[in-house]
Amino acid sequence: MAIIVTELSKTFLLRHTHSLKESVIAAVRRKPLSSSFNALDEVSFTINTGESVALLGFNGSGKSTLLKLISGVLRPDRGEVLTRGRVAGLIEVGAGFHPDLSGRENIYLNAAILGMSQKEIDSRFDDIVEFSEIAKFIDTEVKHYSSGMFLRLAFSVAIHTEVDILLVDEILSVGDEPFQRKCLAKIRQLHAEGRTLVVVSHDLGMVADLCDRGILIDKGRVVFDGESHEAVVRMRAQ
Amino acid sequence: MKRTRVTQIVSGPDLDGFVRPGQGAGLIDVFRRRYLLSLLVRKEVQVRYRGSVLGWMWSYVKPITQFLVFFVALGVFLQLNGSIPNYPVYLFSGLVVINLFSEAFSNGTKSLVDNAPLIKKIYLPRELFPVSSTLVAFINFLPQAIVLAVVCVFTGWAPNLVQVLGIVLGVLIVVLLAMGLSLFFGSINVSFRDAQNFVELILLVATWASPVLYQWSMVDKILPDWLMVIYQLNPVTAAVELLHAGFWFPTTDAEVTMPPNLWFFGLCALITSSVLLVVGQLVFRRLERRFAQDL
Ligand SMILES: Nc1ncnc2c1ncn2[C@@H]1O[C@H](COP(=O)(O)OP(=O)(O)OP(=O)(O)O)[C@@H](O)[C@H]1O
Ligand SMILES: [Mg+2]
Repeated sequence: MAIIVTELSKTFLLRHTHSLKESVIAAVRRKPLSSSFNALDEVSFTINTGESVALLGFNGSGKSTLLKLISGVLRPDRGEVLTRGRVAGLIEVGAGFHPDLSGRENIYLNAAILGMSQKEIDSRFDDIVEFSEIAKFIDTEVKHYSSGMFLRLAFSVAIHTEVDILLVDEILSVGDEPFQRKCLAKIRQLHAEGRTLVVVSHDLGMVADLCDRGILIDKGRVVFDGESHEAVVRMRAQ
Repeated sequence: MKRTRVTQIVSGPDLDGFVRPGQGAGLIDVFRRRYLLSLLVRKEVQVRYRGSVLGWMWSYVKPITQFLVFFVALGVFLQLNGSIPNYPVYLFSGLVVINLFSEAFSNGTKSLVDNAPLIKKIYLPRELFPVSSTLVAFINFLPQAIVLAVVCVFTGWAPNLVQVLGIVLGVLIVVLLAMGLSLFFGSINVSFRDAQNFVELILLVATWASPVLYQWSMVDKILPDWLMVIYQLNPVTAAVELLHAGFWFPTTDAEVTMPPNLWFFGLCALITSSVLLVVGQLVFRRLERRFAQDL
């Protein structure tokens, strides 16, 4: 097994106050300081090593929240998440990019943020640049990149990190069509090599083909867990 | 890839090798990921003066202007120049300490909010940000220290080993203190932006609460003994006096007296700063679980 999720709940406090002063005033007037909202409610499942799983659900159903809990960005309120092996979340590529640095500098920074050592980056640098196909602009500041070029570079870095569990959120829509196909092929290759995949996407046809298993989430609860095409059918039926 | 993102190993017969994501080892993880730390520091240093003509000259221009303002106002107009020997060196050796402290503390407090996009999307030891702010401030301090040393050499500076060690201790005190306070106020700042304004207030007071612009003996004459002890227990005061002892004292003809028990108060300050660092780390870890959702 690679991921074990047991009775996982995540409750967000929607705070109505944003300073000490507001808090004090609200407390004196006995107004509620916050209200709570269950983004995930008693979610349980296990994912085996090497499995590919699509997380499906409508906007706001809690998919990104679940991926953030698996990657450790968020911490559970109740229940537990356990993972085995190195986890990399492609939750939003390019989060660690700095517009004033060149593509080259950003590759090093971003790869280090994603957990690579200097040696690993040195040895993969050429692959990363080649995959992104923007070698010509590698020493240009990324603020001068087109948004597609930016995403290409960010995706290349992310996809070249050494991982056991790859979490992908909504990023397969990057770049132009040839690049998208290339990304998909790369993800398939990683899966074939035995990586565990958890993919979120609204491109239902694509994820259903990419993944063997689908978990359908509705308002923070798992409503279906089974074959991916069937999960899509269930989702469309809702 | 470094295997440091998760450290708490879960035990159990069939749960071998499983970990709870998101539970790091705090400052120890920062040390483990020092390559990333070095890149973050380098980025900050590179980016700071991007697009300015003078570039890194600004890190000389600012402290020199600040120095001139104080020197004219206090040294010339208030005539401290006459009562404190070699007042320019006295003034500048105190100012560099305050500048280091201010920059590290104020940027460290804001560092988590400034890096919100990263914190919300990727798990990494969040202590990296206050720590890198402190290191950037330290790097910014170095050119000032060099200017100070050069000026000292021209005014007959020949420090002994003890005095040099005093300088190192003083800088260490300030770095630890700023790091601990940044962890503390930085983590509060995530939920309450009041913290960063409060820190500006502390820094305003800090410049005057230590013998930077005036001399300790002037305070000693007025304050009762117990209050003087409290005054000297301020770690920033101890650091300022250690730098005075290292840079300024050797350039005078020793007709001045340094405050007594300087080493004692220096060690007290080192202990205070270390304790505050531990407290800062503990508070940070308590509040950290909410960073990604509150930012
Ligand atoms: N930090 C936060 N504070 C408060 N509420 C939050 C926070 N993060 C997410 N939420 C709420 O949790 C719910 C689930 O959000 P989430 O991002 O997981 O949805 P999603 O399934 O990824 O949706 P989408 O398909 O639009 O990406 C949303 O209603 C959102 O408003
Ligand atoms: Mg989402």
